[in-house]
Amino acid sequence: MSLPRQTIVFVLLAILGVAFWTLMSGYAPDAELNRSALYYAQNTAQETGAQNIVTAIIVTYRGLDTLGEVTVLFLTAAIVGLVLSHSFAPKKAAGPGILPPGELLTTGARILVPMILLFGAYVFINGHLTPGGGFQGGAILASGAVLALLADPTRRFSHSIIHLVESGSGLFYVTIGVIGAVLAGGFLDNRILPLGEFGTILSGGAIPLIYTLIGLKVGAEFSSILESFEETEDAA
Amino acid sequence: MSSLLFPMGLLLAAGMIGSAALALFTSQRITAVLAAGLVSLFASVLFLLLAAPDVAMTEAAIGSGLTTFLFLFVLGRIRRENKQ
Repeated sequence: MSLPRQTIVFVLLAILGVAFWTLMSGYAPDAELNRSALYYAQNTAQETGAQNIVTAIIVTYRGLDTLGEVTVLFLTAAIVGLVLSHSFAPKKAAGPGILPPGELLTTGARILVPMILLFGAYVFINGHLTPGGGFQGGAILASGAVLALLADPTRRFSHSIIHLVESGSGLFYVTIGVIGAVLAGGFLDNRILPLGEFGTILSGGAIPLIYTLIGLKVGAEFSSILESFEETEDAA
Repeated sequence: MSSLLFPMGLLLAAGMIGSAALALFTSQRITAVLAAGLVSLFASVLFLLLAAPDVAMTEAAIGSGLTTFLFLFVLGRIRRENKQ
């Protein structure tokens, strides 16, 4: 029984290897940008006022896709919460298996958590200038929340604040998109606000605003996923 | 720079394959989780070398940070519930 199953696995791996090999052997780097890349490279700066072209594509040119990604993440968080809502909360904060965190972790977290949260905010506010943006900044925010949870497993974040941040930023994000459709060129158009001086923090129209909202939403969603793992426990 | 790029990329790829193999073949779960996070860390440095800092940040924050934490949380939860 085990031999044919292994053979199937090896055959599948071999097919995958051949597929990758044909992909790689025919690969030659492009000598010049293709048409859409060329358009982005030439027109991003004056059309959106964003210094980071990747951000301009994610937030403005392909803004609807980003909205879809945020929706997928929201669904994931909702499903994790739904599945784990059948679990029980631990009876006591210090259950039989919860190890007390060490002195090093508690003290280190006290210094590091505010710095990590600040860095996350920096990353998504500067998304239109430097690499990174809402998703990365939100993930960094959630890492700060995780560190706080690891240092103090009994710590509980306020559910109502997380839900308020999550739904509020989602609502504002869609509202900005609709305002863009009414006042500017289309849904999620960033030119509802003045483009500002190229390369300064208050530039790029609505991009910093949208990325801040995305960052808050992503951070709240990741935090709520990790928190529901920490807070629940199956019946013994 | 570009002459340095190739050996460094090769080194990182070797590190990725090595840590992936470690994650597969180790007998300790905690080592497997950390090795899987190491794969993402090497991958994010590789993305940085290939001039994709945005992707590198996503990979480092989500791939090697949050995913590893998620695995550790679940491991801790399993251990806690086995003790009861």
